[in-house]
Amino acid sequence: MLSKESLAKIDRELTKYPAEQKRSALMSALRIAQLEHGWLSNDVVEAVADYLGLPPIAAMEVATFYGMFNRQPVGKFKLTVCTNLPCALSGGADAGKYLQQKLGIGYGETTADGKFTLQEGECMGACGYAPVMLFNNHTMCNHMTPEAIDKKLAELE
Amino acid sequence: MLEVEIDGKKLTVPGGSTVMDAANSVGAYIPHFCYHKKLSIAANCRMCLVQVEKAPKPLPACATPVTDGMKVWTHSDSAVKAQAGVMEFLLINHPLDCPICDQGGECQLQDLAVGYGKSASRYEEEKRSVVNKNLGPLISTDMTRCIHCTRCVRFTEEVAGYQELGMPGRGEHSEIMSFIGKTVNSEISGNVIDLCPVGALTSKPFRFSARTWELSRRKSVSPHDGLGSNLTVQVKDHQVKRVLPLDNESINECWLSDRDRFSYEALNSPERVTKPMIKQGGVWQQVEWTVALEYVANGLKSIVADHGVDSIAAVATPQSTLEELFLLKKLANGLGVQNTESRLRQHDASFATAGVQWLGQSIVELAESDAVVVVGSTLRKEHPLIAQRLRQAVKHGMKVAAVNPHGDDMLLRLAGEVVTRPDQLVEGLLAVLKATVEIKGATCPAHIDTSHTEITDVARGVANILAAGERASIILGNLAVQDARAAEIHAVAAALAALTGATFGVLTAGANTAGAELIGFNAAGDVFATPKKAYVLLGAEPDFDTANPVKALAAVEQAEMVVVLSSFQSCAYDYADVILPVSPFSETSGTYINMEGRPQSFNGVVRPLGDTRPAWKVFRVLGNLLGLHGFDYGTSEEVRDEALAAGVEARLNNNAVAHVHVKARAAGNGLVRLAEVPLYQSDVLSRRAPSLHATVDAQVAETLRANAATLAALGVAAGDKVKVEQGGTAELVVALDARLLDQVVRISAGHPLTRDLDSAAALQVAKA
Ligand code: SF4
Ligand code: FES
Ligand code: FES
Repeated sequence: MLSKESLAKIDRELTKYPAEQKRSALMSALRIAQLEHGWLSNDVVEAVADYLGLPPIAAMEVATFYGMFNRQPVGKFKLTVCTNLPCALSGGADAGKYLQQKLGIGYGETTADGKFTLQEGECMGACGYAPVMLFNNHTMCNHMTPEAIDKKLAELE
Repeated sequence: MLEVEIDGKKLTVPGGSTVMDAANSVGAYIPHFCYHKKLSIAANCRMCLVQVEKAPKPLPACATPVTDGMKVWTHSDSAVKAQAGVMEFLLINHPLDCPICDQGGECQLQDLAVGYGKSASRYEEEKRSVVNKNLGPLISTDMTRCIHCTRCVRFTEEVAGYQELGMPGRGEHSEIMSFIGKTVNSEISGNVIDLCPVGALTSKPFRFSARTWELSRRKSVSPHDGLGSNLTVQVKDHQVKRVLPLDNESINECWLSDRDRFSYEALNSPERVTKPMIKQGGVWQQVEWTVALEYVANGLKSIVADHGVDSIAAVATPQSTLEELFLLKKLANGLGVQNTESRLRQHDASFATAGVQWLGQSIVELAESDAVVVVGSTLRKEHPLIAQRLRQAVKHGMKVAAVNPHGDDMLLRLAGEVVTRPDQLVEGLLAVLKATVEIKGATCPAHIDTSHTEITDVARGVANILAAGERASIILGNLAVQDARAAEIHAVAAALAALTGATFGVLTAGANTAGAELIGFNAAGDVFATPKKAYVLLGAEPDFDTANPVKALAAVEQAEMVVVLSSFQSCAYDYADVILPVSPFSETSGTYINMEGRPQSFNGVVRPLGDTRPAWKVFRVLGNLLGLHGFDYGTSEEVRDEALAAGVEARLNNNAVAHVHVKARAAGNGLVRLAEVPLYQSDVLSRRAPSLHATVDAQVAETLRANAATLAALGVAAGDKVKVEQGGTAELVVALDARLLDQVVRISAGHPLTRDLDSAAALQVAKA
């Protein structure tokens, strides 16, 4: 289920915690598994749990708690719009609407060509740059006005 | 010690106490859902908010440590307002349909809502609903009712030892569930039903069969393992409807094993016999008690007259009450018959102790040991709540080690483990003994020869644990006592205990194993080895309760007369001449003596079914019919008092009768069978409880298990069917048990699928 490279990376994470505290490495291990598979199917979650010697339900709890873990297959580009209060009040809700309309999909959906997935996200701790959007879990896009969104989408196309 | 004032009452509590602890100690009730005295603190329901002086807002009592001089009000305006607010939130998503909920009437949420809730809800939006989960044959779910207190999750992780339940999702989307497609398989899983404060988790067998207020509650004692769990049996219309734990901190705490909890199903089974029966001319006929008893009395008398007193054996199981065993023995002895026996699963006839085998200490003391070595026990299945106790103790520093013929996970952190072939348990122990002798610089007792024993690292590990323990215990489980070399195992374990100053104990297998020993019931040894002319079987089923079912069945089949006293139909129809319907534990008064030597008496909780009679009364009548003296008891208490007249404590003694010489034997190199009695075949009741037999544990018991190498050598894979030949034959499905040694095949004993096998015969396994 998990490649040698992924397992090696997980092993590295494991060295950061005491041997009997493998649970602490769960988040990293799931992140690594997601990098390999693109999303966390039940089988992948179970494989991670097995590798760490943890009950699979414990891994499931973590995998379903964090929005950055994909529990469904996602498009090539995952856009997570922050819709928590500060962002929502400063145009986040509108940014979300604009994206929906532009891409022709709703939250939690993927475009037919498999390119874009749109998601709602919780506060990203960047309220000062509101409205914000996270691109593929790793890149933060600030001040997402319609123009900025157009520019970003054009870049990705 | 800290001073604290709760609702104006001053008290002192030990440092580290929470406000909840302090309030409990003065009997001030603080409403709560997630808090439970045996579970970790989660503080997620917020129901326990109280007002604390100088705190700007209400604080959760369950998670707030007491500080010196703290002043707490549990029912001030501010506290009650906070509690009412929490209640309103809890009820937002909770269905308000108590009349159709199985928990109605015994629901903590319902009770508290009556106190704190409003009569109508301000919430008009749609409520969330959650799909139900399949958690197995014992636990029913109604997940929309869940209030996410996580008691059930914490139970599986902390008490049962393996997190089978969890709460995936976040916020509004959180749901309690097991991992996709998995059920809850713990042997103590039923406790989550008691823990769930609402109707989300309820008992599947009991579901919708009665309301709590229709049930009368009667105290009883569990008739299964040697623990003697205290029960609250709930009864309606003279039927046992449900069994719940009765708190007893020194025995079962607030828990029950699933066997204790669900075996009651058998009591209402259609397999009950309710009329005395006699076989005449090969045809079974229902008769009156007087006719049946006359027949038995005359039959026994003429067998004695014709064939002598040694031609009769009285056989009982350790689930029989003290009173029953005492009178059966008295009856037999009155006829001159000395053959009475209840150690039916013992393979080693030479194994005998000077007194009554027992734990060597109380259950609480065992849990207070700092090192425990478990010898020959599938502990979680044999004694589920002892395993639970050790699991908790390990968290407080106890070191547990095992010497076992399997590597079963005890779901606790083992500090050391020796896994042997089933025929090499003695050698495993000898290695530990030799290592201990070396560590202690002592000499090995003369009757034990370790010269051919090699000390392995794992054995040294166990020895170190034992030697370092200041309060160490060595306990023998069912596998050890039922081993073909039980006497040797006992001798080496006893020597180990003597060397290290450890307490030596036996986990008595049955509810009344100790009671049978106490009254000297076990006087005959193997009663089936040389077949008798007549057998009196009290609750004993030769095909399941004996070490060698093939021989036992042959013995009763050839007998001239077999009197069966039982609550259930069985294959006794084939071999018996008389069947007398006697009461199970729920329909008679009686006494069990548990593994710590504690006699626990109980009353019948329902009246005997049909023409069933308590066995002690049957023996009383028989005694009088036979003209024997001393059968004029008015009550079972009189019988008990006579049986216990000599006291119990002085008779408890685990020492061997005589030194047994032990010497290592070379390991065999062929296939060897690990024959253990699975947990739901342990006694007549658990054998007949349908829900227990739908569990994963029961399914595993039907398989032949071996490690990968052994399976490969046999040319079979998990899922294949194999034919086992051992005296007789059996067809079993194969499963993998990676923690067995090579050449070991684990095949249940005392099981319908394997009843034709003779565990002493040569073993062959081939693909079917
Ligand atoms: S199922 Fe019951 S015990 Fe478990 S979290 Fe929900 S309410 Fe609590
Ligand atoms: S609310 Fe959007 S980043 Fe904080
Ligand atoms: S009982 Fe204190 S928060 Fe739940």
